[in-house]
Amino acid sequence: MVPITTLHYLVLGAALFLLGVIGVLTRRNVVIVLMSIELILNAVNLNLVAFSHYWQSMPARLGGGPLALHGQIFSIFVITDAAAEAAVGLGILIAFFRNKETVNIDEVNLLKW
Amino acid sequence: MLIGGIAVITRKNPVHSALALIVALLAQASIYLMLYAPFVAGVQIILYAGGIMVLFLFVIMLVSIDRSMKERQFNSQWVVGMIAATALGGLFIAVYTKGKSIFPDGVPAIVEGDNTQKVANLLYGQYMFAFEIASLLLLVAIIGAVVMAKKRI
Repeated sequence: MVPITTLHYLVLGAALFLLGVIGVLTRRNVVIVLMSIELILNAVNLNLVAFSHYWQSMPARLGGGPLALHGQIFSIFVITDAAAEAAVGLGILIAFFRNKETVNIDEVNLLKW
Repeated sequence: MLIGGIAVITRKNPVHSALALIVALLAQASIYLMLYAPFVAGVQIILYAGGIMVLFLFVIMLVSIDRSMKERQFNSQWVVGMIAATALGGLFIAVYTKGKSIFPDGVPAIVEGDNTQKVANLLYGQYMFAFEIASLLLLVAIIGAVVMAKKRI
């Protein structure tokens, strides 16, 4: 069996990021665009935790060692930020839907000249 | 997880997309367990799959009427979007094939110990300021979401 190195996790994170970017750029429904943004944030979290796992095997004088859990703490904060941003984004979506009765991004053109 | 991700961006029904995202988040929590991060895996399941996705499902039920499922599902600029995404994918492939030699081949052996205690030590010690600022951010987000969704301010 191939041992799963750090690079495999990074490539998985990059693939998820690419899926999220495709979802943001091509879908019409606003809710699915917001869910693709959550996919992007998850890919970033995976990168962070994979690198913190890699740092735990580095020697301690370079900053590594078994206490190098900075990536995991950063990813906890990213999850918190994703929750806050999802709440505010969905609030904006509800406020917009009350006025215009549609969830298509193509029809969000009230500020267009 | 990749199948869940592909299902999120291709399903026509937004409820199916939300369920596929829940599958992807749970798979991600299991990958966190493989990387010996049990606290982050727990936070991911409780907060993300149990909080944020429930919020998404509520808003989908409030907002998505049946009319939006019968229309086209890819927007009017999907060609440019796919070109940009292909360029980004090419960039990722170039970076990861050139930099493959940096990472060592072996798997680092982690002693199974007290990960949650160490995370708590770091979180309440070195990153205390960021912790307080995160709670302030959540307060601002709550007030913002309530104000945005009220009928009369």
